[in-house]
Amino acid sequence: MRILEAQGLIGGYGAMDILKGVDLFAEAGRLGVVVGPNGAGKSTALKAVLGMLELRAGSITFEGESLGGLSTSARIARGIGAVPQNDNIFQGMTVLENLEMGGYLVESPLAPRIERMFAIFPPLAEKRRQPAGELSGGQRQMVAMARALMAEPRLLLLDEPTAGLSPAFRADIFARIRTITEEGVAVLMVEQNAREALAIADTGFVLAAGANRFTGSGAELVADPDVRAAFLGG
Amino acid sequence: MTGEMQGYLLYALSLLSLGGIYAILALGLNLQWGMAGLFNAGIAGFFASGAYTAAILGTPPVAGRLGGFDLPMPVTVAAAALFSAAIGWAVGRLCIRLRTDYLAIATIGIAEILRLIVRNEGWLTGGSLGISGIVRPFDGLGPPRADIGYLAVVLGCLVLVYIFVERAGRSPWGRTMRAIRDDERAAAALGKDVDAFRLQAFALGSGIMGGAGALTAYYFRFLSPDATEPLLTTFLVWVMLIAGGSGNNRGAILGAFLVWTLWSSTELVTGRLPADWAANLAYLRVLLIGLLLQVVLQRFAGGILPERARR
Amino acid sequence: MLAFVNFYLIPGVIVGSIYALGAVGVSLIFAILRFAHFAHGDLMTLGAYLALSLVAAAGLAPFLALPFAMAGAIVVALVVHRLFYAPLANRPTIVLLIASFGVALMLRSAIQLLWGVQVETYVQGIQRPLVFFDDLRIAERHIYIVLATVVAIVALHVFLTATRAGKAMRAVADQPELAELSGIDRKAVVRQVWVIGGGLAAMAGVFLGIDGELDPNMGWDLLLPVFAAALLGGIGRPYGAIAGGYVIGLAQELATYPWIGAEPLLSPGYKSAVAFALMVGLLLWRPQGLLRGREGT
Ligand SMILES: Nc1ncnc2c1ncn2[C@@H]1O[C@H](COP(=O)(O)OP(=O)(O)OP(=O)(O)O)[C@@H](O)[C@H]1O
Ligand SMILES: [Mg+2]
Repeated sequence: MRILEAQGLIGGYGAMDILKGVDLFAEAGRLGVVVGPNGAGKSTALKAVLGMLELRAGSITFEGESLGGLSTSARIARGIGAVPQNDNIFQGMTVLENLEMGGYLVESPLAPRIERMFAIFPPLAEKRRQPAGELSGGQRQMVAMARALMAEPRLLLLDEPTAGLSPAFRADIFARIRTITEEGVAVLMVEQNAREALAIADTGFVLAAGANRFTGSGAELVADPDVRAAFLGG
Repeated sequence: MTGEMQGYLLYALSLLSLGGIYAILALGLNLQWGMAGLFNAGIAGFFASGAYTAAILGTPPVAGRLGGFDLPMPVTVAAAALFSAAIGWAVGRLCIRLRTDYLAIATIGIAEILRLIVRNEGWLTGGSLGISGIVRPFDGLGPPRADIGYLAVVLGCLVLVYIFVERAGRSPWGRTMRAIRDDERAAAALGKDVDAFRLQAFALGSGIMGGAGALTAYYFRFLSPDATEPLLTTFLVWVMLIAGGSGNNRGAILGAFLVWTLWSSTELVTGRLPADWAANLAYLRVLLIGLLLQVVLQRFAGGILPERARR
Repeated sequence: MLAFVNFYLIPGVIVGSIYALGAVGVSLIFAILRFAHFAHGDLMTLGAYLALSLVAAAGLAPFLALPFAMAGAIVVALVVHRLFYAPLANRPTIVLLIASFGVALMLRSAIQLLWGVQVETYVQGIQRPLVFFDDLRIAERHIYIVLATVVAIVALHVFLTATRAGKAMRAVADQPELAELSGIDRKAVVRQVWVIGGGLAAMAGVFLGIDGELDPNMGWDLLLPVFAAALLGGIGRPYGAIAGGYVIGLAQELATYPWIGAEPLLSPGYKSAVAFALMVGLLLWRPQGLLRGREGT
């Protein structure tokens, strides 16, 4: 089931359009991966879904309802979680407080959800009282994802969750993302490491210069000679 | 000429002279804020340091106070500008690389320290007695000719300053300055020494303010610690620049004359009211000027004459 | 020795408390709205005069008038925000600073209009200090001031670290966009900041009035040491601001003590320069503030 359907997104930060017609979708329990060169508009596309960008054209529906005109917080309240590319943790707050902020809109007690996060990301459990800014790079990314998951979103947007991590950590994070998907969450992830990410993706979107260049299943894209030549380094 | 006529003439002359002095102040601020994006909340401090420099250098000897140099006006005004520029340079050296808010706070501090010095160092500034006996260049002619003569001096200075800041603004230096204001990082990436440019703009602007202070000392022929209410001077100049159009020198001048006319014409009204009413209206007009600033900020962000897009 | 405690140390702690209360507000406002609030001093003045009205009209003791003064200042702070700051939300933050400069003048002139310009006091006549151990003199009002400040600081601490709203405020200060992505309502946080900032400012103003006298310039004159305190603590960090307040207050009073010889080390006329000197020194030495301040912007 397509929980998110974004079509023909056009817009940017000022007079110039960064997105020149982007289509994205996400399915419950599936991992969608967005790849493309630097400056392609990947982050911008996610921002558009989150309502952090003025769109000139295009439609975005979430669970069958249009998100048009809704504020960012209203979209979050609908069940969308997001981990931005930069500044994705509250550095001066403890791990526990980061999780609490993730569950800010949750009305039920947070304790069980926090325990679940520690089950998904065990290294965080013992660091719970440490300021998140003092953690290692991999642990910060875990905090960032855990914060976003606290609200139990049905759609999770991840912008380069493995940036700056070693290959071993990256594999670890990817594995956890698969776990999250298997629980039924629709995940849309932007990744720099295109080949590895597409390999585990159910759906892949290749963006360049603000538009879709290729869209297909992860396996298809990895196998496609054109994609390989242009975006996967041969 | 009847007495009443002469009264109106003198009033008009005073309005124009002080308006001209404020216009010079606004040009100084425009150099700092309009062109360089440097916030100065201590205009009164630079203004006062210039005023006292001129007063000390330009008066005959007095017992118990440093002075007695009795130098001619052109010399004292130049010295005032130099001295204020030096203070601006020193403050800038310390604070220019900090974010704008910090510079703003530091300039309040400088104004405060200068105020303390003026109040406490009687041997230098005459303390609360102030400095009197300042003689204007055309005073020998008697009113209203002396006042016409002085107005000519003020307007002459205004024109000189205007030509100077316009030239500076059009020069490569000015273009760099605006580039820094609009995108500091890009300018730095082009190899511009951002801090040095800013420091120059800040010192130059402060110097212009000092010169305006000197002109004021001559205008009143007398200088005392509360001859100019510091906060009000600073605030009025800001309102003038913002209302006129920051970044635009003509806007700064226009704003200065407009706001000054508005300001002093309300004084004309309050002057005719019973004393206790008059006092209240004096506060009311500060309130209204404050409101004017808010309206301009919210509705006419560019001012009356917005900065023209150049290049 | 006792003269030192009575005439230098205690006054230092008292002004330190007042500066701390003001600086916390400045620091929080900076943390959330990212601008130096130039009207903060005049908010203090307003609080002091609101209390004066109650003291004069209802014969209330100044400490009892405090809650009302705080409530009044909070309302004014919220209205000022709504009318003059909120409409500038999408502009560079320096525009907010300019607007607050205007608000400072407006508040002051409104106070002059409503209450006049003459110097006022809450209580007429001399107040006898309590005497401990023969010679240690502490005025009752000073004890209350310090106690109330401590209570306010502890309450603030509990709010910031143990309540949902307080944590949300820290989150917005830490990463505003991420806070938005967590569903935190920034507008509500901003309102709370004005409640805290306005309330504490009124408190500082009333204490200033209790400690001395009231005049319409009292708050503006405090702006420099209050900003210096906030900067000293690393602006945007409320705990740092409290520490900064006490450092500046004590430094200012102790600098006039005759440490060497019989003359005051610094002529009392230059007291308020101490704040500036400390601030500039600090900016040169550690631009990020005394405690580890927040980086960037
Ligand atoms: N806040 C902004 N204001 C103006 N332009 C922006 C802003 N953010 C990004 N851009 C521009 O939009 C374009 C697309 O940026 P975007 O961040 O979406 O790229 P990306 O595909 O995520 O790249 P990367 O792989 O480097 O993260 C770039 O040219 C960038 O310079
Ligand atoms: Mg990106």
